[in-house]
Amino acid sequence: MEKFVQIDRVGQTFDTKKGKFVALRDIDLSLRRGEFVALIGHSGCGKSTLLNLIAGLTKPTTGVLLCDGREIAGPGPERAVVFQNHSLLPWLTCFENIYLAVERVFSQKEGKPKLKARTQAAIDMVGLAHAAHKYPHEISGGMKQRVGIARALSMEPKVLLMDEPFGALDALTRAKLQDELMKICEKTQATVVMVTHDVDEAVLLSDRIVMMTNGPAATIGEILEVNLPRPRARLELANDPAYIQCRAAVLRFLYEKQAHVEKMAA
Amino acid sequence: MSTLTMNDGFSGELPVDRSTTVTTSTEVPTAKEMTMEQTTTVKAVDAGPSFTEMLATMGRAVLPPLLGLLLLIGVWYVATLNGGAIPGPSVVWDAALNLFADPFYDNGPNDQGIGWNVLASLERVGIGFGLAALVGIPMGFMIGRFAFLANMVNPIISLLRPVSPLAWLPIGLLVFQRADPAATWTIFICSIWPMIMNTAQGVQRVPQDYLNVARVLDLSEWKIVTKILFPAVLPYMLTGIRLSIGTAWLVIVAAEMLTGGVGIGFWVWDEWNNLKVEHIIIAIFIIGIVGLILEQALILLAKKLTKEAS
Repeated sequence: MEKFVQIDRVGQTFDTKKGKFVALRDIDLSLRRGEFVALIGHSGCGKSTLLNLIAGLTKPTTGVLLCDGREIAGPGPERAVVFQNHSLLPWLTCFENIYLAVERVFSQKEGKPKLKARTQAAIDMVGLAHAAHKYPHEISGGMKQRVGIARALSMEPKVLLMDEPFGALDALTRAKLQDELMKICEKTQATVVMVTHDVDEAVLLSDRIVMMTNGPAATIGEILEVNLPRPRARLELANDPAYIQCRAAVLRFLYEKQAHVEKMAA
Repeated sequence: MSTLTMNDGFSGELPVDRSTTVTTSTEVPTAKEMTMEQTTTVKAVDAGPSFTEMLATMGRAVLPPLLGLLLLIGVWYVATLNGGAIPGPSVVWDAALNLFADPFYDNGPNDQGIGWNVLASLERVGIGFGLAALVGIPMGFMIGRFAFLANMVNPIISLLRPVSPLAWLPIGLLVFQRADPAATWTIFICSIWPMIMNTAQGVQRVPQDYLNVARVLDLSEWKIVTKILFPAVLPYMLTGIRLSIGTAWLVIVAAEMLTGGVGIGFWVWDEWNNLKVEHIIIAIFIIGIVGLILEQALILLAKKLTKEAS
């Protein structure tokens, strides 16, 4: 199997006031190019910690992470992140927010008109041409998140990292964005790692679902292959036996095998 | 409705009002229609209060301060009814009319109109304050950005900040050999601390999210400063500037009393020597009003800038 992103024996320990806190241990995972992988688990299981490690925002305590054969030494535009709270700069318009990213990645090779064309293309892709020159506070949460996705994709990253990108949105908007994300991924053949706690979202979008055990010292519990043909249609899948099976498998993992912490917390 | 939201992808989502999705179940609005809808609702909200309501709110805003001012003058009037060293309001008013009849006369360096005196003080404040901004704001940025520098400089700032700016006046006189730059120097010293501290605090409080964006995009330090830090810090910086100009205006009066020359502070001292107490009271009002205008102008500027920034 091609190892486009490789995570090798990775562990993460944080120094806290109460001493060392082991967040992650023994993470081994490889991603193929163009694969969509979801990380799922109860809150506090270190999903976001793992995503931050792939992003390079934090460094692992043990082990190594590789992307396209090179060690991940820090954050960079080749591993674009879509943040949960969109993280658009409020003093820039949607266009300018994306342009900032485009300019960083392509300005050495391309002139201004080309950069602007790229920015416009990214905005068009997420269907926000009419809101290009609005400020983030003038648009809805779903639109902001789309700008965040457009910003990430405009950099033509090797890997797209999404940290619960639709977590703060209402169910209808979330469904719309999921459908649109599937279309975009099909078009761009992006390699995606998405953190989520939504079982349906994970099954609908992913090629594989990485299920994580409860923290502290969380690790990968099971990996589920989602062998559903693409393009996937939400309505038809609802009655698809394979879909139902996948869904049940994830639910079983979360609420039977990893249920004990929930009880402890409650 | 749920089928709609699943099929039409992005185009069906409305920017503000979710209730309007009902209308979209038959046809999806174009982008143009959506923006039109939005602007009309905004206009409807803006045209809200009627003329009489506006008058009432204005009355509520103006009446209490006016009453307070009248009360102050009333107390002053009663307190000075029986004569004494302090002149009453009417005497001061007459003197003020006389004074402001020709605010810009010039009979040599020791006898100039009140206008010239105020302008001279403002000029000193402007120069000292401007220089302090030039030094203090970049310094605040650096202290906020680099923890090592902050740890290095913070003890010094803590030590020097509580010192009365006037204590620096002799040092200024010694170094510059002249009164005018020494006064400016005093203003510089007193205005620099709030600007350093507020700017540094603003830099330290820039949301981690924005900095993560900067890290993921791998922006250059220049882009980080211009596109992320500066706009994020601007409100803090403006607070620092406002505090600075307040203290600067406080200090200039005292500094000028000591250095002499032309300026509102010196003028107060001069009138004390001439025993023109009514002029001293006028000066107090002038100093207060100029300080108020400076402060309000900066608040206005801050509102304008941060509105554009957010």
